[in-house]
Amino acid sequence: MLFTSFEFIAFLAVMFLLYYLVPKKFQWLLLLAGSYVFYAWAGPHFLAYILTTTGTTWLAARWITRMQAEQAAWLKAHKAEMSREERKAYKAEGKKKTRRPFLACLLLNLGILAVIKYTDFFISNVNGIFGTDLAFMRFALPMGISFYTFQSMGYLIDVYRGKYPAQDSLGKFALFVSFFPQVVQGPISRYDDLAQTLYEEHPYDHRNISFGVQRICWGFFKKLVVADRLLVAVNELIQNPADYTGAFVLLAMFLYAIELYADFTGGIDMTIGIAQVFGVKLVENFERPFFSKNTAEYWRRWHITMGTWFRDYIFYPISVCQPMLKLSKASREKLGQALGKRIPVYLSTAIVWFVTGLWHGASWNFIVWGMLNCLVLIVSQEFEPFYAWFHGKFPKVGKTFWYRLFQVGRTFCLMSAIRILDCYRDVPLTFHQVGTIFTQGNWGIFADGSLLALGLSEADWAVIAIGVAVMLCVSLAGRSGSVREKLAAKPLPVRYALYWVLFVSILVFGAYGIGYDASQFIYNQF
Amino acid sequence: MKKKRFFTVLIALCLLVGSLWFLQRLLMPKYIHDIIEGRLISEYYDNAGGNDVIFVGDCEVYENISPITLWEEYGITSYIRGSAQQLIWQSYYLMEETLKYETPKVMVFNVLSMMYDEPQNEAYNRMTLDGMRWSQSKVDSIKASMTEEEDFLSYVFPLLRYHSRWSELSGEDFQYLFQTKKSFHQGYLMRVDVRPVTSYPSETPLADYQFSDTCYEYLDKMVALCEANGVELVLMKAPSIYPVWYDEWDQQMEEYAEEHGLLYLNFLDLTEEVGIDFNTDTYDNGLHLNLSGAEKMAHYFGKILQDTYQLPDHRQDPEVAAQWQEKADFYHAMEEDQYRELEEYGYLKSYGGRNPNEE
Repeated sequence: MLFTSFEFIAFLAVMFLLYYLVPKKFQWLLLLAGSYVFYAWAGPHFLAYILTTTGTTWLAARWITRMQAEQAAWLKAHKAEMSREERKAYKAEGKKKTRRPFLACLLLNLGILAVIKYTDFFISNVNGIFGTDLAFMRFALPMGISFYTFQSMGYLIDVYRGKYPAQDSLGKFALFVSFFPQVVQGPISRYDDLAQTLYEEHPYDHRNISFGVQRICWGFFKKLVVADRLLVAVNELIQNPADYTGAFVLLAMFLYAIELYADFTGGIDMTIGIAQVFGVKLVENFERPFFSKNTAEYWRRWHITMGTWFRDYIFYPISVCQPMLKLSKASREKLGQALGKRIPVYLSTAIVWFVTGLWHGASWNFIVWGMLNCLVLIVSQEFEPFYAWFHGKFPKVGKTFWYRLFQVGRTFCLMSAIRILDCYRDVPLTFHQVGTIFTQGNWGIFADGSLLALGLSEADWAVIAIGVAVMLCVSLAGRSGSVREKLAAKPLPVRYALYWVLFVSILVFGAYGIGYDASQFIYNQF
Repeated sequence: MKKKRFFTVLIALCLLVGSLWFLQRLLMPKYIHDIIEGRLISEYYDNAGGNDVIFVGDCEVYENISPITLWEEYGITSYIRGSAQQLIWQSYYLMEETLKYETPKVMVFNVLSMMYDEPQNEAYNRMTLDGMRWSQSKVDSIKASMTEEEDFLSYVFPLLRYHSRWSELSGEDFQYLFQTKKSFHQGYLMRVDVRPVTSYPSETPLADYQFSDTCYEYLDKMVALCEANGVELVLMKAPSIYPVWYDEWDQQMEEYAEEHGLLYLNFLDLTEEVGIDFNTDTYDNGLHLNLSGAEKMAHYFGKILQDTYQLPDHRQDPEVAAQWQEKADFYHAMEEDQYRELEEYGYLKSYGGRNPNEE
């Protein structure tokens, strides 16, 4: 059930009516039932995967919490009769005990993800290296498996770390894992962020619901008017690489960047809006990433919940693990303080970006994409002294609007260039195509009508241009506070006129129905 | 304050619904010049009632029989509820719907659609279904007709289907926003030009000639519907030589008609009796008849209908005669205009003809 399908809109309408009709104490149960209906819509057999993750994580977390509680109680009871060393030893022993269910659950669920998502990638590499002809398994990928697995494992790690106790209710935990607006493409929520808002009772709040609907409509606009219309040209450019080289590759680069942004942020707008309609507050996943002035900032503002997940559950643990601490010590001794302390940080960064690439897809293009991002971040870091020197020498330059615009443009171009690996999904082909930008010299395509041979008419390009301009204006307006809040302060006729324009734009200019291929959200596949 | 807010919201809702209704009307195809067949079904409602014969079926009825000739020669009042590639379930539901407006004495079903046992084409579905007024028959017809890519909601709100026409809007869409053009003669689409038959189709052997259970099911329903309403059902196969009408199919229709006591006329076997000359009586190599052919068909078929079912001659009824005189005047005026265009341009410029210089 795609968010943009009529079935989903009908499903949402029924859920909405029931949600505010049932007694409030049953609201979370309704959300749970709705979430499973939504999930089963893709194929009832897929429920087995999410139920396995839910059940095992809930059991393991409960087990860990129970052991932690027993250990804490025992320690409290015997505190007086134990020395500091004994208490430390007892704690270490306790940690070891809780580690067993923790690791078992972690390995099981990451194993499921690995087998389902990466087996064919592994087989293709084995076939490639050893010249074997092993058959591909072609597992059907359960909807949102990367998202709900990461969300569940984040919860398990937090419980293991003693950040909060495990959820007692299996139903409530199942809702945390499967909450239908976010199960498909995130955001990857943290239990302590989501639990309270998800389980508490929500009275009918007109303003909240109105804001939620506005956010949903805005998501529809981005997805249907901009992303899915651009998709036609992007597909044409990407699926026929031999026909579209040189300047066309540059065009594909930028069009894909805009399409992905409109698609993913549109999907997240819908997700957050839908949750808001039910009174549930989800964390933001984007913060105007295309306004970033450097790569590091970009990654703090793009797919925020994924970035923080990798930071908290992979980067930090790796950075402080024993082998890394030893490496840190050794490198500082051998290479000196300045360089030596950077080695473990960069190694942790590289590992995180390798995993990030792999998380996005089981193919080398995603891994290379991750490593290129890592390279850009490290190079930027290494250039810090130069930037500092430059700004010290020319203090006024850095403060000008034009310099900031240059920084934003540079980051956008860099990120778009790296993201092209996502398009061709073939590393050598991607580098070849990018190489033609510098050799082909067919810059006339922007003026000779070639753009009209990409499956989009002049009218389509006009809609895209206006759509992108509107998105830009909304982003600019959003820098100084919530756009919906600002809108709510406008006189009623102005407000309603804007709602009308947005709604009618989606209805009329949206790329949906017969004649348009129903396009999945790009991030659904992750 | 609450009252004010209530009325504001109410007015906003009314404006929203009104603007959507307006947009829907604007964006829906008007079928004024190019594919005028899209207007055939909706034109019936202005002419419903008082018809003794109703024809249902695909282009083989709306291009091959002239109701005005039936009137002028026999005083038979008739209407053709035809549409492009009308499928048998669509014909059935149109019959069912027609019976809500009038009870004719005879209903004639053209059997070519027996060859299709599943939904075929969204564009043709639209031309048949969009023009129908809302009723249970329309709902059932939509459900039976939808291809996999279609959804029911877009029939309820055609804006969802036609929204992408915004970039194709022309003056025609505004001109015919709240009005339409009269182009048909009791559901008959007139063409006076001639394009003779130059070759006959070769009969590609089929793996299976048996009509499907689905088609028989709807044929049975037609029989039952007509029986229940005291209407005589006649089966016909128009004298179109494309697509091929196989002997094996004809045999099945003959057997069915015999079994159910129905009159079945295969005009492909009666071309000589009708007097059809495929050098002069078709405008597209034998796919459809032109006016000359359609009038010959009406002349021949009208006699059979009148003799077999004792259809009254309404020409003696002044009120009916006056109404039909108007229809006949429009018919002859168009006939004259088509001949004028043919002479002036060499093709039917305003009536869907193809400019030979552009071919």
